[in-house]
Amino acid sequence: MRREPGRLTVPTVTLAHGGGGKAMRDLIDDVFVPRFDNPLLAPLDDQARLPLALLAARGDQLAFTTDSYVVDPLFFPGGDIGCLAVHGAVNDLAMSGAQPMYLSCAVIIEEGFEVASLRRIADSMQAAARNCGVQVVTGDTKVVPRGAADKLFITTTGIGVIPAGIALDTRSIRPGDRVLVSGPVGAHGAAILATRGDLALDTPIESDTQPLHGLVREMLASGGQIRCLRDATRGGLTAVVNEFAQAAAVGIRLAESAIPVLEPVRGVCEILGMDPLYFANEGVLVAVVAPQSAAIVLSAMRAHSAAARAADIGEVLETLPGTVLLGTGFGSDRILDMLVGEQLPRIC
Amino acid sequence: MKYVDEFRDSSRVGPLLRETAGLCGRIRSQRDRPLQLMEVCGGHTHAIFRYGLERLLPQGIELVHGPGCPVCVLPMGRVDDCLALAERPGVIFTTFGDAMRVPGSKKSLLQARAEGADVRMVYSPLDALNLARQNPRSEVVFFAIGFETTMPSTALTVIQAAAEGIGNFSVFCNHITIIPTIKAVLDSPEQTLDGFIGPGHVSMVIGTEPYGFIARHYGKPVVISGFEPLDILQSVWMLLRQLADGRCEVENQYARVVPDGGSAPALDAVQEVFELREFFEWRGLGSIDHSGVRLRSDYARYDAEKRFPVPNLRIADPKACQCGEVLKGAIRPRQCKVFGTRCTPETPLGSLMVSSEGACAAVYRYGRLDLPGRTPEPAGATQA
Repeated sequence: MRREPGRLTVPTVTLAHGGGGKAMRDLIDDVFVPRFDNPLLAPLDDQARLPLALLAARGDQLAFTTDSYVVDPLFFPGGDIGCLAVHGAVNDLAMSGAQPMYLSCAVIIEEGFEVASLRRIADSMQAAARNCGVQVVTGDTKVVPRGAADKLFITTTGIGVIPAGIALDTRSIRPGDRVLVSGPVGAHGAAILATRGDLALDTPIESDTQPLHGLVREMLASGGQIRCLRDATRGGLTAVVNEFAQAAAVGIRLAESAIPVLEPVRGVCEILGMDPLYFANEGVLVAVVAPQSAAIVLSAMRAHSAAARAADIGEVLETLPGTVLLGTGFGSDRILDMLVGEQLPRIC
Repeated sequence: MKYVDEFRDSSRVGPLLRETAGLCGRIRSQRDRPLQLMEVCGGHTHAIFRYGLERLLPQGIELVHGPGCPVCVLPMGRVDDCLALAERPGVIFTTFGDAMRVPGSKKSLLQARAEGADVRMVYSPLDALNLARQNPRSEVVFFAIGFETTMPSTALTVIQAAAEGIGNFSVFCNHITIIPTIKAVLDSPEQTLDGFIGPGHVSMVIGTEPYGFIARHYGKPVVISGFEPLDILQSVWMLLRQLADGRCEVENQYARVVPDGGSAPALDAVQEVFELREFFEWRGLGSIDHSGVRLRSDYARYDAEKRFPVPNLRIADPKACQCGEVLKGAIRPRQCKVFGTRCTPETPLGSLMVSSEGACAAVYRYGRLDLPGRTPEPAGATQA
């Protein structure tokens, strides 16, 4: 027997909505069920049951990832926490070469959060999931007292399948390999920074949040030899390239002038004394490819809408294992190191 | 980007460096020790490391990273005072970003925030004043720090607060002045400097005239410099040209921003709100006469030191810390006994390791290439 879907009639979320009773059912039925509607979610059991045969038909390895989203503000130019949570899971899966398939979505809501905002965020997740071709098949909702969480946190977990024959691995990086980036760096970090109330910066910068699995598929289909991929989220381009250098025990030299950065992002960084190479991105990947494959992979990237401004930004060195150098364009190099904490603006 | 890219045009570097090397050779033929040029300003130190300029300059030129990073020279006792203010119930403590990580005797503002103090990062004192308007039941304290560069904006904000009668805003004033500081460096018996790369932003406010004594009384050339790599390289070249010609003057490389007379409205605002302190304590350098300012008594109600009790204790720098000698150019960062061992950016002992403008943090972060055993390939091979 199909039960009647519940409906929310109050403007804000209260602790009752997390209590496991009728109010919680109303919240889930009103906000999440109609938006994520799919046959695997529909039974609303404690778990989604995924047919193995369906997965096995697509490849020989499962990719499995999880990430939590706590971005503040929840809505920012170019996106919101909802689409970010979907793209984040999708991209983490895609970096293994996997095609993303299923997501879970757990939300922690602070008491007093507006139902209208929650619906808006769920709308955004729905649109992002549809756009990515993934299904949200299970979820969880918790409400915590005011002050116990900041408005809304989302955790997404994703499952995807890696087609047979794909083995992306940082340990396969070799001296001479080229480093490619899929687009201008720093836009997400700069957009968030500029949006936070106390800075009062008026800029046209939008977050770059976007799914990258379609781009990865095209890159793999190009036939080029791709060593490894990683999306440049927290810590930005710098963190990813340092992780590559350390994992493969190689040196990497980037050419500063080759790294694409949007002009308004550069502007914000110049004003605040910050470096876009440390800013988070939510739709930019870094690839290491065999030298002879650089051109073919790069042209496959540029043909895809998510990477029209992809660029070859550097090379893997035989020397200086674990170190990343940045050629400043002045004939001098400097070390591009990971930051100790978060990047803080300079005074003068 | 206009007004930026022109000053990062790498095609102009070669000719400039060749001329600099020629001048350096001429000067060095008549002396047996390297030329020591001090960049006073932390912004210059940052740019020098960011663009690897030291590695470009001819051998025989040493850049000495001076005391011009306001965060680095703040003594621990003042940081403790900040913490006492920030941890008062009902206080919203506002600060520039860099100052968040500077260690006091027990903790930093970042740690205080984690423990529950309401510490917020702002980009301008006007942002802090806005917070005061929005939070009439809180006391908003602005952590005013910096040389003459940031002094006018603090002064104008105080004037604005007074004009609007905003009663819940005050300033914890740690503004310092550049001239007495340079004088203290010059009077230090250990210094062997040959010339100064003068601060750009400070000079935009105070002009070029106040540096005259460096040339006249101490016989050292000064070139006020911009912050882009070509600005700094050109300033080095101008200093060497003076030395080669046997001249000793204050020259202005940064004339596109720095008027010789400074900024009258900015100076008026500073004059209106601030008066010199008899002395101010500097980290590493000790007490320097007339090197700091405080709010005049007319503006006492905006002075956080008068409104709230602050411990005002002198805390000695850690014994092992040699920040003072580095600041004066007596030793290089790597010659400090605790550099890179007990003192790292993760666990800074001295303040020069904290701010990205601190000489030690910059050497640690960007300068590891110069360590023995590291032999990078020639640069520029990968320029795409």
